[in-house]
Amino acid sequence: MTLNAGISHQSLLAAPRGFGFGQYAACLRGIMLREGLRFLNQRERFISSLVRPLLWLFVFAAGFRQVLGVSIIPPYKTYVLYEVYITPGLCCMILLFSGMQSSLSMVYDREMGNMRTLLVSPFPRWFLLVAKLLAGVSVSVVQVYVFLAVAWFWSVKPPPIGYIAVLPALFLAGMMLCSLGMLLSSMIRQLENFAGVMNFVIFPMYFASSALYPLWRIQEASPLLFRICQANPFTYAVELIRFALYGRLDWISLVVVGSFTVLFLGGAILAYDPANGLLSRKRDTGGNG
Amino acid sequence: MPNRTTFAAITLVAGMTCAASGADAFMAYVSNEKDNSVTVVDTVTGAVVKTLPVGQRPRGITISHDGKFIYLCASDDDTIEVIDTETHEIVGQLPSGPDPELFVLSPDGKTLYVANEDDNLVTVIDIESRDVLAEIPVGVEPEGMGISPDGKTMVNTSETTNMAHFIDTDSHEITDNVLVDSRPRFAEFKPDGSEVWVSAEIGGTVSVIDNDSREVKHKITFEIAGLRSEAIQPVGVRITADGKKAYVALGPANRVAVVDTATYKVEKYVLVGQRVWQLAFTPDQKTIISTNGVSNDITFIDVATDEPVQSVTVGSMPWGVVVSPK
Repeated sequence: MTLNAGISHQSLLAAPRGFGFGQYAACLRGIMLREGLRFLNQRERFISSLVRPLLWLFVFAAGFRQVLGVSIIPPYKTYVLYEVYITPGLCCMILLFSGMQSSLSMVYDREMGNMRTLLVSPFPRWFLLVAKLLAGVSVSVVQVYVFLAVAWFWSVKPPPIGYIAVLPALFLAGMMLCSLGMLLSSMIRQLENFAGVMNFVIFPMYFASSALYPLWRIQEASPLLFRICQANPFTYAVELIRFALYGRLDWISLVVVGSFTVLFLGGAILAYDPANGLLSRKRDTGGNG
Repeated sequence: MPNRTTFAAITLVAGMTCAASGADAFMAYVSNEKDNSVTVVDTVTGAVVKTLPVGQRPRGITISHDGKFIYLCASDDDTIEVIDTETHEIVGQLPSGPDPELFVLSPDGKTLYVANEDDNLVTVIDIESRDVLAEIPVGVEPEGMGISPDGKTMVNTSETTNMAHFIDTDSHEITDNVLVDSRPRFAEFKPDGSEVWVSAEIGGTVSVIDNDSREVKHKITFEIAGLRSEAIQPVGVRITADGKKAYVALGPANRVAVVDTATYKVEKYVLVGQRVWQLAFTPDQKTIISTNGVSNDITFIDVATDEPVQSVTVGSMPWGVVVSPK
């Protein structure tokens, strides 16, 4: 894999196949355009991706309003309402679902045979996958900003600088979750198995994190659960976004999220490499591939 | 990693913007009822500058108009302590009478009117000579003290009698008694002197008394979704210098209500710490500070946006607060 990546990297620099930066950019643009068009053509998807966190914000948070507001935890400088507390978690939820959705679309692409069109492209595979990843993350980041705009009217008002500072955090967290989705999609044989991803990945990741309740509360309830939450990379994605929304940088979260992104992305590139990855083994079973 | 650089740049810019927009720094003095101290807090950085040991059970706190001296009710020592704001030393005492709880300084800064909770008296003290000028008998458990901007009328509220007593400051006689709701805690004149706002802790209301007719012209009630009405206990009241907005501390509701003084409608409830008690503006009126007794902290609220900005831990059971120019 290292060798392959090395060669691909060199190929990017020297462009032995005759690809310059312009061609790479065109390819990236094409993939991003496709993802954007797909998103725009699926209004239901956009609405449903927004309804989910908004339901949590309007209904769930209203019910739990009195639970919090007891202790001040960084990055907050004063007491916050529960709505304010769960907003970063809900941003992350959008990224998580979106990441999984794009993994679902990869399974679909493979079943329908579209994947081949993409993978027979002369561009290096890692580049195609990263481009696909960037396209998916960009779409979900737009969704997060729409959600934050709605939340603003619900009295969730981080400082203005936070809206800018959160952008790189959203991209990094989105990259981590999307590459996790990509890694998973390489292991899912059929579309129907996606329900399993919901049960075994999305829900445990979301609930066993600091998205809905501060970790000190979980520690009071169960030290074991606290350890699980601490080991969950999703917790760090939530905290990275939470701090960034208040114009601050949480170094631990940055390192953890960055490392997991590299890990998941590396795994996904490896898994989609037909030469020695998992995909080759999937060929016999995966749809009409 | 480009993310890090971007982040660092953004943080730097944010930091510089904050520093550049920094308002004038003032010192907030917070009386801590339980651990017999006064905490000095920088209102810009929110840093605790110093903690001063004072007399027993410090509650009411105010400052001389020139900002040189803090006057502090040391309730269980039956005295008023005078603290130099430069040296932070106790430089004298005023004869307050037993159990002073709250007081008000006359607009000319020469006279202090003190509520003596146990003796049902209001003691009038001349600050310069440190003499008691008068002792005015009022209702049971006097507490709230307010004075009209022209200094001619003083209002005292008595917790058990449930009355606001209007006292003429020349004759030291009660001229009017106005019945308000249960356990009135605080009286605050509107800056134009037209109204007196009296909070009732158990009644859960603020009575707006017309200063001409001496009648309750409006009763402000509070409602917070998800909170029992018993938890809403109005205590401290402050009105902005332009007379447009009033802030009411709601005790165990952990909120400060922002009231439009023209319509008497509550515009907003600001979340602060637990059992919010008293309030004080910074001299530039940009910030209002609340003391939160149970959570042992104070909360800074931005007056322009009515958003809570920061909470700072002080001593045990913060009660009163006053802000002086640095």
